[in-house]
Amino acid sequence: MGLGRYVATRVLLVLPTLFGVTLITFALTYLLPGNPALVKAGPLATPEHIREMERQMGLDRPVPVQYWRYLSGVLRGDFGESATTGRPVLQDFLQRVPATLELTLASMLIAIAVGIPLGVVAAVRRDGPVDHASRLLGVGGVAMPTFWTGLLAVYLFFYHLGVAPPPLGRLSPGVMAPTALTGLYAVDALLTGNARALGSALHQLMLPSLTLGFSVMAPVTRMVRATMLEILESDYIKAAWAAGLPRRTIVYGDALRNCLIPVITLVGVVFGFLMAGNVVVEIVFAWPGIGNYAVTSLLTKDAAPIQGFVLFVAVVYVLINLTVDLVYGVVDPRIRLR
Amino acid sequence: MRPLLEVENLSVAFDTDEGTVGAVDAIDLDVRRGEILGLVGESGSGKSVTALAVFRLIRPPGRIAGGSIRFDGRDLLALPEEEMRRIRGAQIAMVFQSPRTALNPVLPVGRQIARLYRLHQGCSAAEARRRTLEMLGLVGIPEPERRARDYAHQLSGGMCQRVMIAMALATSPRLLLADEPTTGLDVSIAAQILDLLRDLGRRTGASIVLITHDLGVVAGLCDRVAVMHAGQLVECADVRSLFREPAHPYTRALVRSIPRVDREVTMEPVPGVVPSLLDAPPGCRYADRCPDVLDVCRTVKPARSARARDHEVACYATEAARVAAPRG
Repeated sequence: MGLGRYVATRVLLVLPTLFGVTLITFALTYLLPGNPALVKAGPLATPEHIREMERQMGLDRPVPVQYWRYLSGVLRGDFGESATTGRPVLQDFLQRVPATLELTLASMLIAIAVGIPLGVVAAVRRDGPVDHASRLLGVGGVAMPTFWTGLLAVYLFFYHLGVAPPPLGRLSPGVMAPTALTGLYAVDALLTGNARALGSALHQLMLPSLTLGFSVMAPVTRMVRATMLEILESDYIKAAWAAGLPRRTIVYGDALRNCLIPVITLVGVVFGFLMAGNVVVEIVFAWPGIGNYAVTSLLTKDAAPIQGFVLFVAVVYVLINLTVDLVYGVVDPRIRLR
Repeated sequence: MRPLLEVENLSVAFDTDEGTVGAVDAIDLDVRRGEILGLVGESGSGKSVTALAVFRLIRPPGRIAGGSIRFDGRDLLALPEEEMRRIRGAQIAMVFQSPRTALNPVLPVGRQIARLYRLHQGCSAAEARRRTLEMLGLVGIPEPERRARDYAHQLSGGMCQRVMIAMALATSPRLLLADEPTTGLDVSIAAQILDLLRDLGRRTGASIVLITHDLGVVAGLCDRVAVMHAGQLVECADVRSLFREPAHPYTRALVRSIPRVDREVTMEPVPGVVPSLLDAPPGCRYADRCPDVLDVCRTVKPARSARARDHEVACYATEAARVAAPRG
C-alpha cells in the first residue's frame, strides 16, 4: 500500500468515529438533569410559558428530528448559545482555545524535552543515580494531583521565593496582548518582536506548564526507559555492538529511533489528556482556557458549552489518533507497507 | 604460524541471585588462519557465550572471570574499549542466529551495510553505497539496488541472512563468527548459506568459527571441530579423526545421534540432560551422563591430552583405556 492510500484510508476511518461522538454529545442533553426549557424560561415562568419555550427549542419534536437539528447545527458550526455569556458557544471557544493550546504545548515541550532524555539515561545507566532520581520524580508526578502540585508551586515560587508572578492569567496586569496571529501569546509576541509581552507571557506560563509538565513527564520517562531497556537487549542492538558502531550511534541512533515508535502513541495520548485535563490547573492559575470555561458552565448548569466542550475534546482525541497513525506510517516502515 | 585467535583458560560467569553460573569453564581454543572451525554442543553448552566473550560483549550480570583472548597476538581483554570497538566489525565480525531480528527494523538494509564502510574504512557516502551494492551482489542478492532500499521485514529469512553475511563481511574481517547461521531456514536455503560462507571465507582468507549443534553441517564444511559440553571443552580434533574415532564419551554419543540414511544404524539421542551450571561441582560436567564415569571424574576436571596429531580430548576414561590397550 502506498503512502497516499494509507493516508486516505486513515482519514476516511475518522468519519464514522466523529458521527458516533455527536450521538453521544446529543444524548448528554438527555442525561443532564433538569429541563433546558425550564432553565431558559427562568424561575417565574408559567407552565404555558415553559411549553411555549419547549416548542421554540424544538424539545416537543421526536428525538430523531431533534438529533438531526443538532447535527445540522454542529455541521454549520452552530453549537448553541451559552446562557451565562449570552454568546454563541463557538465564539466563546475560539476565544479560549489558544490559551489552552499554549499551556498544553508548553507542558508537552517540558515533558518531552526532560522526559525522553531522562528515560534514555535511566535505561542506559540502569540502577544508577539518574535512574533512581527518575523513579522518584515519576512517583511524585503520578501520585500528586495537579491541583496540589499547582498550589504547592504557587506557594513556593510565588509566595515564598517570589520568582513567579501571581497566578492570575496569561499576562501580567498592564501588559497588552500581542497582535493576534496564532493566538498563542508567546509565539505572537516572538513573531511581532514584542519583548515585553513575550517576557510576561513566558513568565505567566512558567508555573502552570511546569505543574502540568511534571505530571505527564512521569509516564513518558517510564515508557522510554522500559522500551529502551527492551530494545537494548534486542538482537539488532547486539549486532550493532558487534559491528563496532560507537556507543552514541547505537543508543541515540539505532535504539532511540526504535524506541520512539511506542512513545509517539503516548505523546498523542498525553496531548489529548492535557487539552481536556487542563481543567484543574486552569482553575488554580486563573488561566482563561476552555477547561476553565467548561467548569464555569458546569457550575451554572449551562448545557450548550458543556456539550460543546465534550464534542471538542472528542474531536481533539480523534484528530490526535489520526495524526499518530500518520506519523507511525512515516517512522515505522513496517506499518506503511503492510 | 601463530593461530589467529588464541583463547586460553577462558571462563565466563553470570552472577545471579541464586549463585554463580559458570557458563564457560576454563576453555582453551585456537582458531588457525584461514580455517573453518566448528564449535558444537547442545543448547546451553556455552558456544554463543564464548563468541560474545571474543567480542568482549558479555554484559552484566555476566563477566569474563578469567583467562585470555589473543587475536593476532594482541590481548583483547587488555585493550581499551575504544580500540576494542575498532576491532569489532572491522577485524572480527559476527553472523547472528536469527537474521531477521538481528537487522534494525527501521533502517533500510543497504544503509545498515553502507554505514560500516563509512565507519571502518572512512569511505565517502557514494563509495560506501557502491561497495554495498557490490557486496549485496556478491552474497547472491538479486537486484541489489532495489533490495538495498528494502527493510528487513520485506525480505525472506534467507535474504536476511545473506544481508547479515554481507554486513559481516563488508569490511573484510579476518575472523568471522557465525552463530547458528542457518537456524530457521529451509534445508536448501541453509545449504546455500553455508556454501556462501565457505566460498567467501576462501576468497577473503578469513577464518570462520561456525557455531552449531548440527554435526552434519560440521562434517560437510569444517576443517576442525571443537566439542563443548556444559561450558567445558571436551574434545578438539580435525574433522576426519573426530568422526572416525570420536574419543570423548560425549562426542561418541553426539556422533551416534546423527540421523543417517546411508547405513542401517539406529539413531540414538544423547542420554540425560545438560546439567545445571549453577554453582557446578568441580570435575567433568559430563560425569552424571557418562556411561564410563570414574570416581576421579567428579572431583578433578580432566586436563586435555593429545591423542594424536590434531586430536585432543579431556577425559580420564578415554585416557585410561588408551594406556591399558595393547599397542599394535
